[in-house]
Amino acid sequence: MRRSTKLAAVVLSGSLGIASLAACGAKSTDDTTASAGASGDSGIKVGMAYDIGGRGDQSFNDSAARGLDKAKADLGVQITEADAKTGEAEADKETRLKSLVTGGYNPIIAVGFVYQSAVEKVAKENPNVKFAIIDSASSTQPANVTSLTFSEQEGSYLAGVAAANKSKAKHVGFIGGVQSELIKKFEAGYVAGAKSVDPNIKVETTYLTTPPDFSGFSSPDKGKEAAQGQLDKGADVIYAAAGSSGSGAIEAVSNKAGTWAIGVDSDQASQPALSKYKNVILTSMVKNVDTAVYTYIKSIKDNAPLTGVKNFDLKAQGVSLATTGGHIDDIKAKLDAATTAITSGATTVPTAP
Amino acid sequence: MTSSHSADDGKPADGTSAEGAFADGPPSDGSSGAPGRGGAPAPAKPTAAKRFDGERIALGLAAPVLAVLLSLVICSILLLVSGKNPFDAFDVMLTYGTKSDGQVLTLNRATVYYLAAAAAACGFRMNLFNIGVEGQYRIAALFAAYVGGQMDLPAVIQIPLLLITAMLVGGLWASIAGLLKVYRGVSEVISTIMLNAIASAVVGLLLVPGIFAPEKGTTTNSIQTNPVSASSHFFSIETAGGTLWGFIVIAVIVGVLFQFTLNRTRFGFDLRATGRSETAATASGVNVKRMVLISMAVSGALAGLIGLPDLLQNSFYYGQSFQAGLGFTGIAVALLGRNSPIGMVFSALLFAFLDVSGTQLPLPQNGAFPFEIVQVMQGTIVICVVVAYELVRRYGLKRQQQKVGAELAALAASTAKKEVSA
Repeated sequence: MRRSTKLAAVVLSGSLGIASLAACGAKSTDDTTASAGASGDSGIKVGMAYDIGGRGDQSFNDSAARGLDKAKADLGVQITEADAKTGEAEADKETRLKSLVTGGYNPIIAVGFVYQSAVEKVAKENPNVKFAIIDSASSTQPANVTSLTFSEQEGSYLAGVAAANKSKAKHVGFIGGVQSELIKKFEAGYVAGAKSVDPNIKVETTYLTTPPDFSGFSSPDKGKEAAQGQLDKGADVIYAAAGSSGSGAIEAVSNKAGTWAIGVDSDQASQPALSKYKNVILTSMVKNVDTAVYTYIKSIKDNAPLTGVKNFDLKAQGVSLATTGGHIDDIKAKLDAATTAITSGATTVPTAP
Repeated sequence: MTSSHSADDGKPADGTSAEGAFADGPPSDGSSGAPGRGGAPAPAKPTAAKRFDGERIALGLAAPVLAVLLSLVICSILLLVSGKNPFDAFDVMLTYGTKSDGQVLTLNRATVYYLAAAAAACGFRMNLFNIGVEGQYRIAALFAAYVGGQMDLPAVIQIPLLLITAMLVGGLWASIAGLLKVYRGVSEVISTIMLNAIASAVVGLLLVPGIFAPEKGTTTNSIQTNPVSASSHFFSIETAGGTLWGFIVIAVIVGVLFQFTLNRTRFGFDLRATGRSETAATASGVNVKRMVLISMAVSGALAGLIGLPDLLQNSFYYGQSFQAGLGFTGIAVALLGRNSPIGMVFSALLFAFLDVSGTQLPLPQNGAFPFEIVQVMQGTIVICVVVAYELVRRYGLKRQQQKVGAELAALAASTAKKEVSA
């Protein structure tokens, strides 16, 4: 009995000791002097925090990276990047953003909706730093946060139209990376597009993971397995909205003759890492994150920063279908008709499946 | 019963831990303890026992230290091969570790890891491999978040209510595996792993607008429960380095209770006895089935607490990006801490420090190290620790035998001398 009370005392005093140590030490942010504008042509230092997968995912993050690179080349801004890892704590995201703030970066662009609460928190603590978040908006976010969102369902609708027109078996597939609201928009648009061509078409739907497991965006093996499953069921055009997992799906499709894959976010047929599969990539639903990122950085440079929620839809060229390889040239008329129907408002694409 | 076979692998390391680093066993525990003590002659007892304890502490510490050093070497080689200076990387991590904000983050993270490790260790101590901590804490946190969002009672009632909700849900979820093992002989390793997948699906089913999430959310593209009421917010300590979570007190209480129950109660004795040898425990009157049910439920209840620090101190809601994987981290932390309530404090702090300071590595101002290095470090620590425990255990056994041999020889010599002189 006595020993356990002694033990409790030791543990308690130990933890309090560490706690008090923490209280008196210097903060890691103390010694860094905010030196924005000290170097670089334009004096603008842009920090970008990537979603899981990071630069090199051949998809979503790469699209954002292209916008950043273009801003660096054209606008002369200084850039820095930070990656996220799978299964990290909320605090890790906040630390990442805070480190960028400490490094003197302003604006800071967070790529992906998983950053929403972290951006809100850090933005409130740093009202003089401008933040942009891609793919997400919140009614509680402070004024120094700009949301850059896209009408993914409209681009996916066109992908659905293309898939239905190219499918010989009248059987197409959809692979979602993570069963989140965002990816459900892709599914909704794709299914609606396919059904608009042929109401009886069969659509297979597979999600790789369910939140909070976001590994579905960065697991090519899972993508390959899911695509193989859909091919075995008879689908011959597969649209994978799954970040870097999509490359696995494309690989699976390339192993079966007469089938097509549809890429996502970037023009995947022209991505170096995927160029060997370019003959099976029918098209890609390009989400012009690069345009959005570039537009945002330019607006900062021009001293007229974008604020609030900025949505990039089909009309604003925020989403489009890639034509690399010319595989969809033969159905161009049908796609143009669908595009006009959406931009004119004649067709409203659903956002939920 | 197949599980008890697979469990044997983990047993040697566990076996030494009971009388391992901290020689706190009561005299009655001697039967399980060192054979050397029983055979030791009376005259040399005080000093020998003292020395032996010091050696035991050294031996207990040797394995984790060896493992950490080994993993540092492996990571250094990896960094060197990729053309980076490993000492720069360690310097970045250590520097951040000396800063107050880094320390606060480390303590907050260690709180979570310690709870996760305690949940896992509770089962491990009786050879019950609860791999389902992962699913248990997620489903428990979801329900706690829902209850916290629905009710707004005074904090003195609200917070205990949420703690109990989470522990109850976690315990019930874990009990499914316990019941299956006791009544159907299903290995808890298999059933808990599968229950993890089912828990993910259940969370996915419930966390949709109209059920646990509000019909009209405040954000686009991410779904979360209503934020918990203000009365649910757990107390926290404001320091120069940021907010220190008050939940650290809960973690300390859990640790103390764990240590007390394990070493000072009949239940704890039964638990350890069952872990050592099920048949022996049965023979001495322990109801093993009951023990399995109880320890599984307790393990799950502790798991229920894992998600609460973040829920009640940081995010205040359960969203789709709620951190996953803590259950598996907990298993690693428990393994490194030899399932000992005190050992796990150090391993939780180490893992927390690695994770927190690891976030600084990829930043360009720090040299843009790959952050995977931290994961490599943690992985190698876990592998090395298993190897190191076995090496140290064998060495300890050899030392013990040598000592007993020497003492017996001395005894024989002295009696022989007496006989001669008589």
